[in-house]
Amino acid sequence: MEWVNIIIQGVLIGGLYAMFAAGLALIFGVMRLVNIAHGDLIVLAAYIALMTTDTLGLNPLLAIVVVVPIMAAIGYGLQRGLLNRTLGDDVLPPLLVTFGLSVIIQNALLELFTADSRRLKAGAIEVASFQIGEGVWIGVLPLLQFVVAIAVIGGLQLLFYRTPLGRAFRATSDDQSVAQLMGLDNRHIFALAMALSLAVVAVAGVFLAVRTNFDPAIGPARLIFGFEAVIIGGLGSMWGTLAGGIILGVSQAIGAQINPGWQLLAGHLAFLLILAVRPEGLFPKVQG
Amino acid sequence: MSAGFHVEHASRSSRIGMAVFAIALLALAAAPAWGGRDDLRLLSEIYAYVALASLWNLLAGYAGLVSVGQQAYVGLGGYILFASTILFGMHPLVAVPVAGVIAAVVALPVAGLMFRLRGHYFAIGTWVVAEVFRLLSSQISALGGGSGISLPAGIVTSMASSRQMREFLIYWVALTLVVVVLAAIVLLLRSRYGLALTAIRDNELAARSNGIDVTRTKLVVYVLTAFGTAMVGALIFLQKLRISPDTAFSVNDWTAFVIFITVIGGIGRVEGPIIGTVVFFLLRQTLADLGSLYLLMLGAVAIAVMLFAPKGIWGLLVERFGWQLLPLERRLRLSADARTT
Repeated sequence: MEWVNIIIQGVLIGGLYAMFAAGLALIFGVMRLVNIAHGDLIVLAAYIALMTTDTLGLNPLLAIVVVVPIMAAIGYGLQRGLLNRTLGDDVLPPLLVTFGLSVIIQNALLELFTADSRRLKAGAIEVASFQIGEGVWIGVLPLLQFVVAIAVIGGLQLLFYRTPLGRAFRATSDDQSVAQLMGLDNRHIFALAMALSLAVVAVAGVFLAVRTNFDPAIGPARLIFGFEAVIIGGLGSMWGTLAGGIILGVSQAIGAQINPGWQLLAGHLAFLLILAVRPEGLFPKVQG
Repeated sequence: MSAGFHVEHASRSSRIGMAVFAIALLALAAAPAWGGRDDLRLLSEIYAYVALASLWNLLAGYAGLVSVGQQAYVGLGGYILFASTILFGMHPLVAVPVAGVIAAVVALPVAGLMFRLRGHYFAIGTWVVAEVFRLLSSQISALGGGSGISLPAGIVTSMASSRQMREFLIYWVALTLVVVVLAAIVLLLRSRYGLALTAIRDNELAARSNGIDVTRTKLVVYVLTAFGTAMVGALIFLQKLRISPDTAFSVNDWTAFVIFITVIGGIGRVEGPIIGTVVFFLLRQTLADLGSLYLLMLGAVAIAVMLFAPKGIWGLLVERFGWQLLPLERRLRLSADARTT
C-alpha cells in the first residue's frame, strides 16, 4: 500500500509540474522562444500572491483571481517592451536576454523580500484528506491542484483549437510572414501568448507557494522541472506536458522513497533516459 | 610549383596588439616581484575568468552552442582534483591536466545526449546536466557529501613547503593556463576548423551547404571546451583549497558572470572576453558593496548590450577603428613569382 500512496503523491505533484511546463510549451509553440526566466516568474507570482494575501487578507486560493491578471499584464508588457526585440533567426539574443531577466528577478526579490523562506497559509484545506481504500489517502489540496492542472491544460487545448485567438496562435506558429500578410499583428499575438503563459504561471505559482516553502533562489529548479516535463511529453503537445509532469513527479517520488537524496536525481535521470531512448518525447506534435 | 599565393593572418594593428600582449605577459609573469598577496589572488581570479569566458565564447559565439551549464565542467574539474589528490594521492599539479582529460571523456556521451536538443532547449539541457553532477557530487561521502571538503595540509604542502612559494606557483600555473587557453583558441581559429567555425557562426545553413560537417565541428568544440573548462575549474579550487557541491556547480559564479562578461565585452570575437573581464572586475571593485543590486545591474547592462550593441564593447571599437589585436585575419597575398609569371 505504501507504494500506491507514493505513486499517487507523485501523480498529483505531476499536475503542478505540468502547469510549469504548459506555460513554457505555449510560448515555444507560438514563437519558438524558450524563457529562461520562466521559473523565476513562477516565484515572482508566489511573492505577488504573498503580498496579496498579506494586504487583502484573502485566502491564497482566492488570491489567484488577483495574481493571474497581474502576471498576464506583466507578460504582455515584457513581450511588447523587451522580448519581441530579441526574436529572429539567431537563438542567442532571446536566451541571453531571458537569462539576464532571470538574474534580475532573483536579485530584485532577494533585495525586497530577503533570502528567508516563506509560505502561504491556506487554512484547513492544507491538511484535509480522505481515504479511498485500505491505507490509501489522498490530500484535498494536491487533488485540487491536479484537477486545476487538468482544467488549465484542457482550457489551453480548447483555446488553441476552438477560438479565433487560438487560430491566430497556430497561424503565427506555422508561418509568421504569411500570418502577417493575412492581417495579424505578430507583436500583439506574441504578447498575448506571453500574457497567457504568465497567467498559467500565476496559477502554478500560487499552488507552489501553498504546497512548499519558497525563497528567491528556487526559480531555476522550477524552470528545469517544467522543461523536463515538456521534453518527456513531446514538443508541441499540451496533453503531453501533463504526461511528462506525471512521469517526472512519479520518478521523484520513487527516488525519494529509495533515498531522500535521490529525489531530484531520479527525476533528472528519468528525463535523460527518455532523451536517450525517445528524444522526440512520448507524444510529439511539432518539430522544434 | 608553389601555389603562387599565401594567406596572411597578421595586420598592422594585430602586430601592435601582439607586442602589447608580449609586454603585458612579461609584466604579469613578474607579478610576484611587484605585487602583494591580494594582487596575485585578484590576478589569478581574473585569469580564471578570462579563460572561462574565452572558452564559453568559443562554444556559444562561434559554434552556436549556447550552454548555461558550463558550471558542470568547472565543478567536475574541481572534484576530480580533490578526488585524485585525496583518494589516489596524485600530485595536485598533475591532477589539473588529468581533470581536463577526464572531463573531455565525460563530455562525449553528454554531447551525445544534449545534441538531440535544439537551440534553445540545448541551453536548459546543459543546466540539467550540471544539476545532475551537483547532486551526484553531494552523494560522494568520501569527499564530504553535501557539505564539501578541504584539501588536507599534507597535499597542500606537497606542492611547495613555504606558503609564499605555493602562492607563486599557483599564480604562474594560472597565468600559463590562461595563455595556453588563449593561444589554443587563436590557433584553432586559424586552422581549417576555425574557418569552418567562423562560417557556422555567420550562417549555419550556408556552412552546411559548403560541405562543412557542422555536427562534428560542434562536437570537437564542445569536447575541447569541456577539457579547458575543467582544467580551469581544477585550478580555481586548488587555489580555494576547499570544495562543496554548491560552490563547485554554482550557476551564478561560473555561468552568469561568464555570460555577462562575454556579452558585454563582445561575443563571437576572441578579444571580447578579455575586454569584458577587465570591465567586470573594474565594476566589481567599485560596486561590490551593493551585493545583490550589483548582480541586478550587471544583468540589466548585459540585456542592454545584447539589444543595442549586440557585438559588445569590442565590436563597437572594431567597427569604429577597424582594430584587430590578434592575428586572426585571412588576407590573400600573391607571392613574388606568381606576380611575375
